[in-house]
Amino acid sequence: MSTRLATGGRLLNKSRVLSFSFNGTTLKGFEGDTLASALLANDQVLMGRSFKYHRPRGVVASGSEEPNGLVQMGEGGKFEPNQRVTTTELFEGLKAKSQNHWPSLEYDVGALNAKLSRFMPAGFYYKMFIHPRSFWKHVYEPIIRHAAGLGAAPKATDRDADTYEHFYAFCDVLVVGGGIAGLQAAKAAAASGAKVIVAEQTAHLGGRAVVDGGVIDGQSAEDFVTAITAELEAMDNVTIRTRMMGAGVYDHGYVLGYERLTDHAPEMAGPRHRLWRIRAAQTITATGAIERPLSFAGNDVPGVMLASAIRDYAVNYGVSSGDRTVVVTNNDDAYRTAIALKHAGLDVPAIIDARPAGDDSDLMAQAKALGIRIMMGHGISSVKGGKRVNGVEICAQAGEGAVLEEIACDAVAMSGGWSPVVHLWSHCGGKLTWDESQASFRPDPNRPPLGDKGQGFVSVAGAANGETTLNAILNDANVCGNAAAKTAGFKGKVAKAPIAQKTTERAMLPVWLMPQGAGYKLRSKAWLDYQNDVKVSDVQLAAQEGFTSVEHAKRYTTLGMATDQGKLSNINGLAILSDSLNQPIPQTGTTTFRPPYTPISMGSIGGEARGDVFQPIRRTPMYDWHEANGADWEPVGQWRRPYAYVQSGETVHEAVMRETKNTRENLGLLDASTLGKIIVKGPDAGKFLDMLYTNMMSSLKVGKCRYGLMCSENGFLIDDGVVARIDDETFLCHTTTGGAETIHGHMEEWLQTEWWDWNVYVANATEQYAQVAVVGPNARKALEVLGGMDVSADAFGFMEWQDGTLGGFDVRAYRISFSGELSYEIAVPASQGQAFWDALMAVGADLGVMPYGTECLHILRAEKGFIMIGDETDGTVIPQDLGLNWAISKKKTDFLGKRAQEREHMVNNERWKLVGLETVDGTTLPGGAYAVGEGTNANGQRVMIGRVTSSYHSPNLARGIAMGLVLHGPDRMGEIITFPGTDGKDYEARIVSAVFYDPEGEKPNV
Amino acid sequence: MLVLECPCCGITAEETEFHAGGEAHLKRFGPESSNEDFENYMFMRQNPKGVHLERWRHNNGCGKWFHAARCTMTLEVFGTYSAQTYEPPKEICDIISAKRPGWLRGAFS
Repeated sequence: MSTRLATGGRLLNKSRVLSFSFNGTTLKGFEGDTLASALLANDQVLMGRSFKYHRPRGVVASGSEEPNGLVQMGEGGKFEPNQRVTTTELFEGLKAKSQNHWPSLEYDVGALNAKLSRFMPAGFYYKMFIHPRSFWKHVYEPIIRHAAGLGAAPKATDRDADTYEHFYAFCDVLVVGGGIAGLQAAKAAAASGAKVIVAEQTAHLGGRAVVDGGVIDGQSAEDFVTAITAELEAMDNVTIRTRMMGAGVYDHGYVLGYERLTDHAPEMAGPRHRLWRIRAAQTITATGAIERPLSFAGNDVPGVMLASAIRDYAVNYGVSSGDRTVVVTNNDDAYRTAIALKHAGLDVPAIIDARPAGDDSDLMAQAKALGIRIMMGHGISSVKGGKRVNGVEICAQAGEGAVLEEIACDAVAMSGGWSPVVHLWSHCGGKLTWDESQASFRPDPNRPPLGDKGQGFVSVAGAANGETTLNAILNDANVCGNAAAKTAGFKGKVAKAPIAQKTTERAMLPVWLMPQGAGYKLRSKAWLDYQNDVKVSDVQLAAQEGFTSVEHAKRYTTLGMATDQGKLSNINGLAILSDSLNQPIPQTGTTTFRPPYTPISMGSIGGEARGDVFQPIRRTPMYDWHEANGADWEPVGQWRRPYAYVQSGETVHEAVMRETKNTRENLGLLDASTLGKIIVKGPDAGKFLDMLYTNMMSSLKVGKCRYGLMCSENGFLIDDGVVARIDDETFLCHTTTGGAETIHGHMEEWLQTEWWDWNVYVANATEQYAQVAVVGPNARKALEVLGGMDVSADAFGFMEWQDGTLGGFDVRAYRISFSGELSYEIAVPASQGQAFWDALMAVGADLGVMPYGTECLHILRAEKGFIMIGDETDGTVIPQDLGLNWAISKKKTDFLGKRAQEREHMVNNERWKLVGLETVDGTTLPGGAYAVGEGTNANGQRVMIGRVTSSYHSPNLARGIAMGLVLHGPDRMGEIITFPGTDGKDYEARIVSAVFYDPEGEKPNV
Repeated sequence: MLVLECPCCGITAEETEFHAGGEAHLKRFGPESSNEDFENYMFMRQNPKGVHLERWRHNNGCGKWFHAARCTMTLEVFGTYSAQTYEPPKEICDIISAKRPGWLRGAFS
């Protein structure tokens, strides 16, 4: 059984007992435990079920590389699936549940898949669910969806109860990894005066060295770490952050740090995660190495663990992973585990070493001296046991797995060698080289990630660089730290490397399959990727079926595609693939690691940007009045505009109908402040606007207004609005609400990059003015009551503007109309907006005034057949499609879009053109509906001949009105065409003129 | 995320402060131009593996357009320069030639 030891546990505070629950059972652990160590201490070795075959699984590793120990934690707004037990620090009241099983962890119906595993090899889903095609949507997809996914998703109604933040940091040297290499590199870099940040993903500094032991500068590794940490903490130019993972390295020295602030203590105030957005001149990755599993049959049975993990649990947490542990290895390092277990008073029946007999290294001699049986040249043929290891069958490594002996045990410590953690090096393009002696890929220092000046900006220190001995690691780290500071521009002191006691080590032997000649039966139980259930036999099958590229084999088998990104499986899988292809591993190559190093929370990526601060909201000066008067808000770009003003006892629709009728009959007020107002000024302003608008603007007289269309260089309509000529050199261009910034940018772009010698300036004055549209038969009366300027028909004609005063306010008034009513748009300084609005409401009281919202505005303009950018246009519509030829100058030799509109498919007669649409029965056409014609297209779909662009119920006409783009539309007046609705009904509509209301234009002409 | 220096205001800033605007030094073809010229101007863009001259705008800063000479493979920035020019300036070309000997503008590697 796995249990808590009486001694050991250097990270524990045994005076503080914590209680937590796993699958509803209350268990106890200590402060300092991880969830993994606490579960093991309670003999809970079985922690989950595998993804595809639902095999029982226990923890394999002790760190962020863990593939199996995934649980769901918390409840409600704190619920989160797929949390790694090895990186979850224990806290009082922690609630964890295992995943991917039904009905329980112990008895899982899905385990039937394991019995069928012979029939579910690599590519099973591709092969099984391909025929018949008609089953894809309604049979196969539900089956696959049901089986897919590990943990459960949070409930759709739950909102993340935690907060998150972003943090911006700049430094000269960033060190990722707080092991001895990282600490020494940081010390070397900091000695020169460079500003240094050290990020360590766990809660503790020191990395593996404090567990593995050794003597550095005459001190124990533990004392060395304590001393160097104190030294660094005392330096003003060094910042050390624990629980902060270097998540990703990006272009030009941009690094993301993922700091987990309260995961270990949820009662703490403040954000849960902090995403550090770091710019570092130089980044040192001292990210260590990860031990590889060995591939033997049954290497996934709970109780089979990495040798280093078993050592970690014993030394760091005082936890025995089993009473009798068999060690199986191809290198010296696993001997440390045997020795540590022996020192803890546990039984190690044998060390199975795949290497042939030969000279003993220091560690081998030590193990022998402790009386441990060492079997050289042997391997494990198969692991016995289902939910827990109960023994191993021993065979010769060189053979096919004939069992020589069975050894009873309840844990297996395996080591297949070490792979440097090259992820961060690879993220931004650092290349790798194959290290024959360690059988691993390590960073190629000649091909680093490159920065903005073409310089390498990442260097690698210690075990991450392929170093294996204490001395080499410390020396490498010191050189790396000195060099990084120098590259970052610091030429100060150079630090000296500490010296570690030397020990002899025997070279490792690459072992990719155990035993070497294992038959299919054994190979189909030898796991490579635990999380995605990929076995040796699957990769071999992929190779056999022609997936010879590593990228293809990866995707076909899903090797390395689980949430652990193949931290344990990558090299083992490549080796099996290379062997199957009869080529050396470097020739097969490797897939590239992508950020983040381990999954980071979505909350941290969003940071503060959620809820009310997700994006800024733009409010007009009259926003509060609208809010207080029943505004039903509509987002328009970043603005909020009232859709309608809802009075008590009426629906939104009823409010819209009321406003629309009232504006035609009495007086309506619209807050038009959001409309873009761009000032174009300079001697060449007219010439410039002639290029921007399709019609002639330079001929506009001072004091007059003109409606204009703007097209992109590709000919398509992008904006429209009224232009007023303020003086000889100044124009004010109104744009759509959503287009103000874009059109301002569009103007700047052409001025700066094409016509930079033209003497024109543009400024976006949108927010400087509040603007109110005073609309309806009583509009003039209202302004006359306010008093000031002469607004009579004679003194103030249609499409004119005047400066003056109204009710004591300084105003600029435009007599323009987007409603077909008598209408004035009046601009006042933004600060006067609310007061002016109040004054209009007051004088309008006797004139039937009502404010109206955007939906009423839409109906009014649709009744008149006025187009709306974004409704009648969608980026594929030219002005000619909308019958706006009158607004396209024939005199101008050039304007943006002119050449494009001359293209063959722009001038042919097959384009859909704007018409009015009137349902036969008076109902309202569904917005966006398509009209169908005779016959079908090449895909067997009905031929389409048009679509609805705007559709409303008009209260003034008491029927549905619509506009649409229809093939040969203007030539088909009176024809009835059919629009099938998504509700299954056919809607019949007659093609009519788009001007439904007051076609003679008499109403505004007063 | 790239770091660029705006040659107009002199600020060195993160990519999020800028907006990319595609290939630089396009020659506009308007009315009267042939279909082929207009097509090339409107749609055909270089996509070099290597040196590229691009338009950028410092849109969350001074608002000015400028040009950047950049390597699309290594992301090295050879320099930034005024947008008010028809050709990359000689000093930028010299820097590129020193770092990418034999480089020819518009040539695909």
